[in-house]
This record gives sequence, structure tokens and C-alpha cells, in this order.
Amino acid sequence: MASDTNVETFDAEAVNAQHNRELYAARQKIHPKRASGSFRSLKWVIMAVTLGIYYITPWLRWDRGEFAPDQAVLIDMASRRFYFFFIDIWPHEFFFVAGMLVMAGIGLFLVTSTVGRAWCGYTCPQTGWVDLFLVVERFFEGDRNARIKLDAAPWTSAKIVKRTSKHVVWLLIAVATGGAWIFYFADAPTLLKDFVTGNAAFVAYATVGVLTATTYVFGGLMREQVCTYMCPWPRIQAAMLDEHSLTVTYNDWRGEPRTRHAKKAIAAGEIVGDCVDCNACVAVCPMGIDIRDGQQLECITCALCIDACDGVMEKVGRDKGLISYSTLSTYNHNMALATGSASSAGIQPQLVRPEGKLAAGVQHFNWRNVIRVRTAIYTAIYAAIGLGLLAALLTRSHLDVNVLHDRNPQFVQLSDGSIRNGYQIKILNMRTEPRSFRITLDGLTGATLKLESSDLGQGADGTLDVKANQLRNVRAFVTLPKDAIATKTTDYAFKVVDTTSADTVTANVRFEAPTGTGQ
Amino acid sequence: MANNEIDDVSGVETTGHEWDGIKELNNPLPRWWLWTFYACIVWSIGYVIYYPAIPLIEGSTMGISGVTNRSLLHEELTRVEASKAGMVSQIDSTGLEDIRSNEELFRFAVAGGSSLYKVNCSQCHGSGAQGAPGYPNLNDDDWLWGGDLENIYLTIKHGVRNVEDDDARQSEMPVFGDDVLEPAQISDVTQYVLQLSSQEHDATAAKSGAAIFAENCAVCHGDDGKGGREFGAPNLADALSLYGNTTDTIAAQIAKPKHGVMPAWGLKLTEAEVKQLTVYVHSLGGGEQAATQ
Repeated sequence: MASDTNVETFDAEAVNAQHNRELYAARQKIHPKRASGSFRSLKWVIMAVTLGIYYITPWLRWDRGEFAPDQAVLIDMASRRFYFFFIDIWPHEFFFVAGMLVMAGIGLFLVTSTVGRAWCGYTCPQTGWVDLFLVVERFFEGDRNARIKLDAAPWTSAKIVKRTSKHVVWLLIAVATGGAWIFYFADAPTLLKDFVTGNAAFVAYATVGVLTATTYVFGGLMREQVCTYMCPWPRIQAAMLDEHSLTVTYNDWRGEPRTRHAKKAIAAGEIVGDCVDCNACVAVCPMGIDIRDGQQLECITCALCIDACDGVMEKVGRDKGLISYSTLSTYNHNMALATGSASSAGIQPQLVRPEGKLAAGVQHFNWRNVIRVRTAIYTAIYAAIGLGLLAALLTRSHLDVNVLHDRNPQFVQLSDGSIRNGYQIKILNMRTEPRSFRITLDGLTGATLKLESSDLGQGADGTLDVKANQLRNVRAFVTLPKDAIATKTTDYAFKVVDTTSADTVTANVRFEAPTGTGQ
Repeated sequence: MANNEIDDVSGVETTGHEWDGIKELNNPLPRWWLWTFYACIVWSIGYVIYYPAIPLIEGSTMGISGVTNRSLLHEELTRVEASKAGMVSQIDSTGLEDIRSNEELFRFAVAGGSSLYKVNCSQCHGSGAQGAPGYPNLNDDDWLWGGDLENIYLTIKHGVRNVEDDDARQSEMPVFGDDVLEPAQISDVTQYVLQLSSQEHDATAAKSGAAIFAENCAVCHGDDGKGGREFGAPNLADALSLYGNTTDTIAAQIAKPKHGVMPAWGLKLTEAEVKQLTVYVHSLGGGEQAATQ
């Protein structure tokens, strides 16, 4: 029918045509090029420090005497203790951990509002291990171009050797990573021996297996997909940014219009930006993005593109910082400068670098911008929680006493008419040495105290021994003669005194009687 | 079925289903989802073969593994029994006093006795061992048959007034209301018993009651009314009484006494279990030292 009429036809194909429809876009492999520069050096240092902390910490020793483990950092699940150098935490003191988690949250807000996604780019384990895996990959397969070539090459024996060695080393790193984790939960030297000789618990092998798999898969195979698709952090962190937060920025106010043939363009009288369109920033990016597209979710602000671009700018004799850490407000200021009064004219880089060098009016990052109401509030909250935890830590008692009154029966009448109440006394000796305690009643006139099994673990003088770093549960019976019962309920206290240090803890309790008549 | 309508916005075929103008797109299932689904089907076939799965009129197919929740429970119980076996055999071979003076055995016996108590004893003696009228309170210091370890052990093992065990503790208070005592005499003795336990009483009646008491009751309950544990005769001179210590309940108990019965637990429980129960009951607060020590 169409042939009859004079209708124009187009050489177009529907992107979403049925035969052409892709439900799943396969990952395109990224081959990050090795970068060098100040940020890359900083990242090497941070990587060495963080990985070092992770691998070495369980092997540090800390002498706590003969009654407690000598591992500096130990999460002892079986006996429910957490040891951290001079601090040891019992389960009821878990608020210290909760407090530190809150501080970590506030700390993240603080860091993100000032230096952006620094966590992602420098300290995140995913970034650290991917960096480490990339070092291995580069060692066996060469840098970016060699790797691209190798990918396309047929499966020769040389390729098989390279690939196999890479994966073997990756797996070794993964095993070491998964292996280091379990040493935080048991005495490291003992566990290592048991682990190697096949005597460790099943859970140890299972944990190492799972963590080996995740390290290998996340660090070696999935890499940037973990950040882009799996991690909630980019979404949360991005929401924390404001116009004064540092982000890795392509300064298009001096870079555009980009050209690869600057001399020819200048000769032709065209406006030319600083960007020589060399794609160095793209080649080094581990996330596979082009920073010149602007800020984007995938960017972990690892700053490797800054290093790459600075190197190029140096070579072509321009000011460094075409890609730089910059805030939105600085960027907007400089952009206004570059577009001049007639913003419709587009970017005119000569306005910001009249004589080849950046003009005086161009704003650069100023450290004073870090101090803002928002960051001050974060710092104040962070410090307040930190000081509170420190105060709690320094003033905490190493003796805790819990007394539970029997609920059933609440009281027992004895044959002489006196009334007896039963209690469970729990004495928590939080020192790493055995202690003995004396229990007395405070504020219950005429009452007698009897500790059940009083001949067990008790000195001749009625003191009660509690083992180092242990809890002792004792039954206590308090009897009040018939005549001494004045009221239905009487408040009084158990006083638990350390016989040597005179450490005292008072536990308030109640004496229950059927009636308060005194009869 | 055959519907080739293409949605304008997404360019995807619709299923032809429409609700209030909203059409369902006929997107194919994601591949990973589809494969997960197929994997589940394969898994389920294996599951049906391996585990009990298909319900029959009686029971179900057993699968080649024969693993059921019941067998798992049985395995777990066996495992727990095995883990306790060492302690249990120690309890078995250790004397009661020695169990009590060994901290580890003592804790094990109290914990084990506590759960045995809840299963076997709490029905009569109460969840807190606080007793009820007719069922002794095990927390107090008033014992009918003795409160040291050995006597508690005998009471639990053989029981009281049951017919299953020849060694059961036996004693029976005579029925005084039939033709032994006149109602007036019972009333007088009641006043005397009230006097014994230091309660309000009619002094004149109690005085004549004292004579009747000496003649009829003292042989078991003692001259001073403090009872006799060899017959399980209660102490009448204390503040506690099994069936109540009001005028009415005392008179009723004299006229037509009630008698509790306790099963012989030695016939049902193992020796170690009876021992654990003994140590537990002894630890409730009223436990006495053996007379010989």
C-alpha cells in the first residue's frame, strides 16, 4: 500500500523490537589500567594498613593472667566474652558494641558530608580486595592492553598457564582471607594447628569455605557489580552528600569543548578546552565509567582518574586538576565564571584561563568549607557518644550482682511461724582473678541468711569463692521471725563485699510476707 | 490465547488480560528465575524419593532414608542421654551425702531433679513445690517422715500408703468420730490442738481435751503433740498443718481423718533419677542434716 503513496521511509529499527529484545545485559569486562600518582600511592598505603590490621590482629597477644585468654582481640562465643586489649566485655555490656556501631554510623555521615564516598574509594574491603586481585592479575597477564589481547587470544598453553596461575593465587588469597576471619573467634595458634591437622570444628571449615568463595567471587569475578548492584551503601552515601561535599569531579568548565587535535582547532580559531580526550581517565577506572559524564552512582571516588588525568595535564603543560576533588558549590562558581554573562554561549574556557594558567577568580577547594553547621553537629554527636562510652568504660564495676526473688512460692511459712523468702543471687566476677565475697543483709532487722549448699566452695568464715572471669549462682534463704514481720512487704538490700578489695555492690530486694500483722 | 497486541509504552506483547484499563505485559520469565524453578522441580523429585513424602491412608511413603521428625527426635534424645551418661552413672554410684558435697554432682542433681520434679511431682505438690491442703509443702521445714537425705529418698522411692510397694510408708490415723470419741470430746481435743499450736482457744475445753489427747492421741503424736516421724504422725504443736489448722478442719480430721497416698517412684524412675529428685527436694530450703552426723 505504501508504495502507492508518496510517503517518506526511514532507515530505522526499533530498539525494543521483539526479536531484538534483551532481558539481561551481560556484563562487559572491565580492564582497569594501572594508575600512578599521589592518590594511587595513598591507596597502596591504606590497603597495606587495612589488610595488615585484618590479617595480623588475631595473632597479637595480650597477657591477662592465667585465668583468661592471652589473645588481644578475641570474640569468645562459647564463654560469651569479647576481649579487646585491656577491655573485656560481658554480654550484658553489649551496649558498648551498640554504641560503637552508632558512632560508626555517625562517623559515616561525617565523612560523607565532608569528603564524600571516601569509605567506598579507600577503605571498603571490596575495594581493597579488588585492588589486591588486580595486582595479581596484572602480574600474570600484564596491564590493560595485554589483558584485552589475552582475552581475545585463542586458548594456547601460555594463556592457560597465565589464567591458571592467576586463579590459583586468587584462591590462595581468598583462603587466607577466609582463614583469618575464624582466628578472631578462637585462640589463633591452637586453631591454626587444629585447622591444618583436620581437628577443628566443622563450623570453622564451613566459615573458611564460605568466605573463601565470597572473596574469590566478589574480588575476582564480580568486582564492580558488587558495588553497583548489591551494595546499599552507594544509595545511602549519595543521599548524604550536599553542595559542600567533596566528590571526584570532571571540571568541564575548563575541559570543554574537548578535542584530540588542539593545535589544529586553535589554528582554525575554534574554542578549545583542556581535555585532550585521551580517555586515560576511562582506562584506569575500575568501575568502567566515564567521569566526564558527571557524577554517577557507580563512582566509588577512588580518585584514580585524577591521577591519570594529572599525569596527562603535566605532559601537555596545563594546570593539573582537570579532574579533581571538588564540591558542587565550587563547581557552580567556576562554571558561572566560564560561561560568562551570556550563559547561552556555552563554555568558554579562555575566561577561566586567560593566559593559559587558571585565573585568580577560579575557586579551589578550601579546607574551611569542611567546618559547617552540619559537620559540627555530627562531630558533636560523635564526640558525645564517644565520651559517654569512655566514661562508662572507665567507671564500670568489675563486680555485678543480680538478685532474683523466688516467684513461686513467694514466701514459705516455717513450723515456728517464721517466714522464709528464697532468692537466686548471681555474682559476676568480671576480673580475671578469683575473688571471694561476703554477703550480708542490709535493712532487715532480725533476719537470718542461709546460703544453700553453704558448705560448697565456701570458706570457713562464710565467704563465697567466685572463680576468675565467671558467674556464680547461689541460692539464698532469708528467714524473718514471726514477731519481726511488720509489713506485708519490706524493702532491703543484699550487700556483697569483696573480702580483699572491699569492692561493694548493693542489690535492692524485697521481703514478702503473707500479712503485716506481726502475728 | 493468540494475542498479538503490543503495548505502546514498553513495546512488549500483552497477555490480553485487562483490569480497569490496566493490561498485563507478557514478559518472559527471567532466565535465572526459570532455571531456579527447574532446579526446584528436580530437587523435589529427589526429595520425594529420599524423604517420607506422599501421605497414604495409613502413614506415608517412607522414602529411602526413613528419616522422620519422630526419628530425629529419638536420635536427639539418645544423643542427650549419651551426653549425660557419665554424670548419671556417677550419681548412681555415689552416696547421697557425697553427691551433695560434690559441687559438680550437686548442680547436676538439682538441675536434673528440678526437671524430673516438674514432670512427675508438680501435679500434686505444685509447680513451686508449695503444696496444697492434703499435699505437703516441700519448701518448709515440717516433714512428716523426716527431712534428711535418706528419709526423703525412702519416701520418694517407696511412696506413702500405696499398695504397689511393700516397703511403702504405712500409717493410718484411727477414725475417732465413729464410736471412739463423742462429738463433745472431739470438740475438746480440737481446742487442745489449737492450744498446742499457740492459737486462740477455749481454755476450759482445752483442759479436758488434754486428758483425752493423752489417752487417745499421744501414743502417736507424742505427749507434747510434736508428732512422731516413725509413724508419719504430724507435729501438732507448730504453725503448719497438712489439712488446715482451723477449728473445723482439725475437728474433721479427728472425726474422719483423710490420708494422702504417694506413689512409689522407685517402680517408675531409675535409681539415679530418684537420687536426683531427693537432692533437689532437699535443696528447696527445708533439708535437714542426718541425725547421725
